[in-house]
Amino acid sequence: MTTYDARFRIWRGDADGGGLRDFTVEVHDGEVVLDIVHRLQATEAPDLAVRWNCKAGKCGSCSAEVNGRPRLMCMTRMSVFDRAETVTITPLRAFPVVRDLVTDVSFNYRKAREVPAFVPPEGVGPGEYRMQQVDVDRSQEFRKCIECFLCQDTCHVVRDHEENKEAFAGPRFLMRVAELDMHPLDAAAASGLDRRRAAQEEHGLGYCNITKCCTEVCPEGIRITDNALIPLKERAADRKYDPLVWLGNRILRRRPDAP
Amino acid sequence: MAQVDRQQWDVVVVGAGGAGLRAAIEARERGARTAVVCKSLFGKAHTVMAEGGIAASMGNVNGHDNWQVHFRDTMRGGKFLGQWRMAELHAREAPDRVWELETWGALFDRTPDGRISQRNFGGHEYPRLAHVGDRTGLELIRTLQQKATALQQEDFAAYGDHEARLKVFQECTVTRVLKDGGRVAGAFCYERESGRFFVLEAPAVVLATGGIGKSFKTTSNSWEYTGDGHALALLAGAPLLNMEFVQFHPTGMVWPPSVKGILVTESVRGDGGVLRNSDGRRFMFDYVPDVFKDKYAQTEDEADRWYEDPDGNRRPPELLPRDEVARAINAEVKAGRGSPHGGVYLDVSTRMSPERVKRRLPSMYHQFKELADVDITAEPMEVGPTCHYVMGGVAVDSETAAAEGVPGLFAAGEVAGGMHGSNRLGGNSLSDLLVFGRRAGLHAAALAAAPGPRPRVSPEQVDAAAAEALAPFHAGEGAENPYTLHQELQNAMNDLVGIIRREDEMAEALRRLASLRERAARAGVEGHRQFNPGWHLALDLRNMLLVSECVARAALERTESRGGHTREDCPAMERAWRPVNLLCRPVEPPPADPAADRIRLERVRTEPIRPDLLALFEKEELVKYLAEEELPA
Repeated sequence: MTTYDARFRIWRGDADGGGLRDFTVEVHDGEVVLDIVHRLQATEAPDLAVRWNCKAGKCGSCSAEVNGRPRLMCMTRMSVFDRAETVTITPLRAFPVVRDLVTDVSFNYRKAREVPAFVPPEGVGPGEYRMQQVDVDRSQEFRKCIECFLCQDTCHVVRDHEENKEAFAGPRFLMRVAELDMHPLDAAAASGLDRRRAAQEEHGLGYCNITKCCTEVCPEGIRITDNALIPLKERAADRKYDPLVWLGNRILRRRPDAP
Repeated sequence: MAQVDRQQWDVVVVGAGGAGLRAAIEARERGARTAVVCKSLFGKAHTVMAEGGIAASMGNVNGHDNWQVHFRDTMRGGKFLGQWRMAELHAREAPDRVWELETWGALFDRTPDGRISQRNFGGHEYPRLAHVGDRTGLELIRTLQQKATALQQEDFAAYGDHEARLKVFQECTVTRVLKDGGRVAGAFCYERESGRFFVLEAPAVVLATGGIGKSFKTTSNSWEYTGDGHALALLAGAPLLNMEFVQFHPTGMVWPPSVKGILVTESVRGDGGVLRNSDGRRFMFDYVPDVFKDKYAQTEDEADRWYEDPDGNRRPPELLPRDEVARAINAEVKAGRGSPHGGVYLDVSTRMSPERVKRRLPSMYHQFKELADVDITAEPMEVGPTCHYVMGGVAVDSETAAAEGVPGLFAAGEVAGGMHGSNRLGGNSLSDLLVFGRRAGLHAAALAAAPGPRPRVSPEQVDAAAAEALAPFHAGEGAENPYTLHQELQNAMNDLVGIIRREDEMAEALRRLASLRERAARAGVEGHRQFNPGWHLALDLRNMLLVSECVARAALERTESRGGHTREDCPAMERAWRPVNLLCRPVEPPPADPAADRIRLERVRTEPIRPDLLALFEKEELVKYLAEEELPA
């Protein structure tokens, strides 16, 4: 086993301000950035605030920015850095700091509440659901999401534009709309809910200009832009601009479940 | 008197994993105003790490399956120590609990005819585990989280407030269950973000805090698993049951050191992975115990044929219950036939195509690639045992999940004892969470709705809880570092009360625990109360030390080997121990000397197994397990 001393700069502070602090820490074979943060806690900074949970890339708690890039600390191996390099860890920039590496991510929980839930189909009881694997594949990809919020952090619509947060759900929750829209048995339409229109009008789908930053940082490798956001845009656009849909809306206006 | 915010709720659920959320959903749907308190962010609970699946005898893949077969497998897996009524309710209700998840939006993997697919797992006679690749726990937690959110959306529509009837207090910790006389009156909590204290007053508290793995050095468990609910129950006067039974999952990662203990799902074996030692021998054939001899293949050929023709062949011994496989791996490594990093080889690459491995086991592929530079589609994994689950827990009523002796206290999921006996089968945890989470929520809501005056929380109790929680800030001279104490505790439990146990080592563990308790009374922290992990750990230490004492004391008492309790000095399973449960009770009143014993043991006889359930087994099998006087005439 080999061991070396690495240089770290870690942001410490709270809502009132703070700054980068320098640390020199021992690093062992096979370690990840989160191991180093834990070593600091156990030795020289016992009150260094950090969120973590499973340490296996499954819960999405230990999100931070490592050398400016949004990452999970538990899945960032020290071997990806040059030994002479100083590794800088800062809190997620798109969310308000609570303390040190911990940010206030309540924005995401607010947005989650704004997406109407799955609507079970009428007349299909528990145990009677029948779906083909090929039809659930797409939504299953989106359900791999571990809610680390790295996509929400990196998305330029909100990263430097606090004012957009009100109108924009962010990639994670637009993907949730896409997931439900593609669920083979979701009965939203029958209940009078148009998920595509809602994506456009209530969750700010139009703000997304498909730069794919969200896909790049996704630790689960979900193709958020290509498989969720672009298809959702296409479906929403079909609705909006299709002349037949327009005509149908005019004629069938009084039917509550009309598209 | 401390200034502490007080709120009134009907039901307080401690923990937001599978059991906690299922309990909260049920309580809220039954009309109870329900508060959920969880240490992590909402949706991050340890349940997300469950990989393989949810056991339920839906019979979608093999139509021979039914609840009776599931019940039998569960009892066998736990070496007949399981609370039979819990095992029965669990086997009967699990399919409904899984199907219900689909109506809440869950998307399981499918069979060709469009039903929920089910996979093989250790100890289950038929393919029984509903799954989503190898991330079933994530699907479960997300589905429950989204159902809870859906209920909040309903409340917003009705009352203009999402949190009118169901509120999640995320990143908050409960340090005491509060009482009024003998019954539950609420919970004392702190908020991690601010360090502020608050009290949730409620006549019913459901403990759903999971397990105790963070007391062991090598564990698959997350930081939350500090035995909080176990300790809260003890401190409230409720006993714990059979705490000596701790499951060491046979396959955890062994290298690199920083990931040692992280789980390698049993699905790898369920889908055809084989275990080999450094000689290349498929050693599990050498470790089939007598009680299972007629149910497992004797040759590699038969084992291989089973994957294609399960009705005409017996199962491969890699699919023995976890306790057997873990002991076998341990023995191989001890005998010098281990892999370079002290494990054995688990290989799935020889049986499945790379595409199939990636489809069936995506997170395992990812985990080994990212963390160990190993491509499991082309080379074997190195694996070894890791502390995974505690079978012991709060002694509860089988029907209602009510804790023994403390009205208003309930427990469900891993924190509850009894269901799994001496060893849990894979897949039975997620179904346990759903079945008994629902039952706990149901009965907690019913208790809260009963007429009569509400219990009251006295200011003295609140002051005492606040003083206890603030003590680490006043440690002064000779303060101990909580991180150091934690490491020493983990080493002691791992080395002395681990997978293989001996009398002298457990006695030594109890001495070390006494000394650690003394030092932990002086655990000190730096900084202030706002999001201070050192402080949180100092408070969690109380719980870990208490629970570790239960494990060591009960393990020393039980002079036999059974399931998740293996004694080198008492290697045989003793039928005379079958009808014996060990209860850990708090020493009352709590001794002032921190080194003094906190736990006393009590032996209780188990309730006789109902005759119609006994009749599900052949007499020849029962003879291997039951004490002489228990056998049917």
